[in-house]
Amino acid sequence: MMKQLVILSGKGGTGKTTIAAALAHLASQEMPVVLADADVDAANLELVLNPTKQEEHGFMGGQLAVIDPEKCIACGICADVCRFDAVIPGDEAYRVDSLACEGCASCFYRCPEEAIRMEEQQAGLWFRSDTRFGPLFHAHLFAGQENSGKLVTLVKQQARLWGLDTGVALVVVDGPPGIGCPVISASAGMDLALHVIEPTVSGVHDLERIMGTTDHFGVPSLVLINKADLNLARSEEIAVFCAGRGVEVVGHIPYDDVVTEAMVQGRPVTDYTDGPVTEALKRMWSRVSDLIFPDGIDVVKGGQR
Amino acid sequence: MIITVASGKGGTGKTTVAVSLALSITADQDLTDKRSVNPANPLFLDCDVEEPNAALFLRPTIEERREVGQMIPEVDLGKCTYCGRCAEVCQYHAIAVVGEKVLVFPELCHGCGSCSLNCPTGAIREVLDVIGTIERGWAGLPPASGSPPSYPPHGGGGKRGVEFAQGTMNVGEPMAVPIIRQLKQWVIPPGASTGLGGTPGDRPIILDASPGTACPVVESMRGADFVLMVTEPTPFGLHDLRLAVEVARDELGLPVGVVINRDGVGDQGVDEYCTAESIPILMRIPLDRRIAEAYSDGGTLVEALPEYREQFQNLYAAIGRLVADGKGARA
Repeated sequence: MMKQLVILSGKGGTGKTTIAAALAHLASQEMPVVLADADVDAANLELVLNPTKQEEHGFMGGQLAVIDPEKCIACGICADVCRFDAVIPGDEAYRVDSLACEGCASCFYRCPEEAIRMEEQQAGLWFRSDTRFGPLFHAHLFAGQENSGKLVTLVKQQARLWGLDTGVALVVVDGPPGIGCPVISASAGMDLALHVIEPTVSGVHDLERIMGTTDHFGVPSLVLINKADLNLARSEEIAVFCAGRGVEVVGHIPYDDVVTEAMVQGRPVTDYTDGPVTEALKRMWSRVSDLIFPDGIDVVKGGQR
Repeated sequence: MIITVASGKGGTGKTTVAVSLALSITADQDLTDKRSVNPANPLFLDCDVEEPNAALFLRPTIEERREVGQMIPEVDLGKCTYCGRCAEVCQYHAIAVVGEKVLVFPELCHGCGSCSLNCPTGAIREVLDVIGTIERGWAGLPPASGSPPSYPPHGGGGKRGVEFAQGTMNVGEPMAVPIIRQLKQWVIPPGASTGLGGTPGDRPIILDASPGTACPVVESMRGADFVLMVTEPTPFGLHDLRLAVEVARDELGLPVGVVINRDGVGDQGVDEYCTAESIPILMRIPLDRRIAEAYSDGGTLVEALPEYREQFQNLYAAIGRLVADGKGARA
């Protein structure tokens, strides 16, 4: 049965994408994989996988209110009912701040002059690309747009369906930071969440919250400590915390400038160097692979959709 | 003057810069008399309500706490005729009428109030659904208890005060924006932004935003006078900086400036981009393991390396000049 793994962190910038790219590289040497970048408002996986775009689609992200200035009598009812301060008053006609509007249509239903219409908005793009390691599903949410959760769900769904149709063993999902709607969307239906944590006070603080979130939605957790040697006492604190929650720490990655060098070269770090970081990542992958495929790898084409 | 610290990419040092900036420009003042807040005592808002971390570094004493949420519908079945109008007007599918049952899905509700407004029999009232908390207090007062062992309270008690506020989203909740919105309404005085009559010489208000460029970041930038982008000189840092500039400068029309953190790693991409886009690089913080180690134990940059205090003061002055120039240019 195809498995799905999401890389999360709570706190941003702890190395999710670096780890996801390394896993894509290592896993693809053993089994067919498909990749999804679920950090749709700042998608970075494409920067290290050198993808070739195969498909591009628009993403309709919801709607916005638009006021017809010809029909508007400036009565102000729309501004009164709007809870999002999205209606800007004017002497002759009111208008809508498109970044503030949440598309609730409250104004649309209350306007006595029928001067307001709701317009569907294209909020982003999503792509299927080829990479050396397998197909990549990724997206670009336009600046300041809403509904990133919906786009995350779409990207993941497309990756999953592709995987089922073509007989893929593993879907690797590079998740967004935080614990809110895009993270909840990225975690839904996953077999495992791998939390990438740095040994800092904020890393420890955020681990509790992200693990609380994945627990809440029933996704089992694993923890990877990145830059583990930056603060050994904090790394130990994370290990103790995880042991107390019955969560396995599947690896300790040392701090090494080679990770940034690989990023600058646009390659997964495991594909760039054989040093200590790559060794640690290989051990980590071997353990994650054992945990996510307890009965061995099983690929069925056109499987259970 | 309201400054939002943002980045696009996570982990580039937003909180490090925002906290050190606040601590560097604050006046030494006896905070026991809070009736007369010195205009030089900054107000700091942690707007990363999904993962708020600034308190770990500012170590404030929280004095007031409120639950926040949004209004969700509650249906009086005695008055409801099951006409289905509420479900029809709800754009988020947060309310459904099935036979003689009305189902409400709080996690889908945006709190717009359209259902209650449009109910023909007045059967819907709105009740508060708690999704998080907002808190305020002061950093610089002696803490009641529980200060991290490695670092003492700032200023040794009663000095060097930063007024602090933060929002915290409850685990499992999806929507950060209502918490940020209410946090800002609670602590930022009306008219504080220069667009509404404030001046660059007014009390500094510093907002620490979440990573990314989606709606919580937009809410954290809205109403600011300046967006300070903290980035690292790597391909990931540059890629996400571009997106954050698109939001702040191109969509919201705000002036932006850049702080390059971990200067010396990576490549020249960020420098080239800033030159091409005429975005001022206001400060560079070189890669220094001492900063990372202090951070890992809850220490701030200006505590670990006090010589940076003057650089942050210069940074603040530079932002003030850019805001004043921008205001002049618009007038």
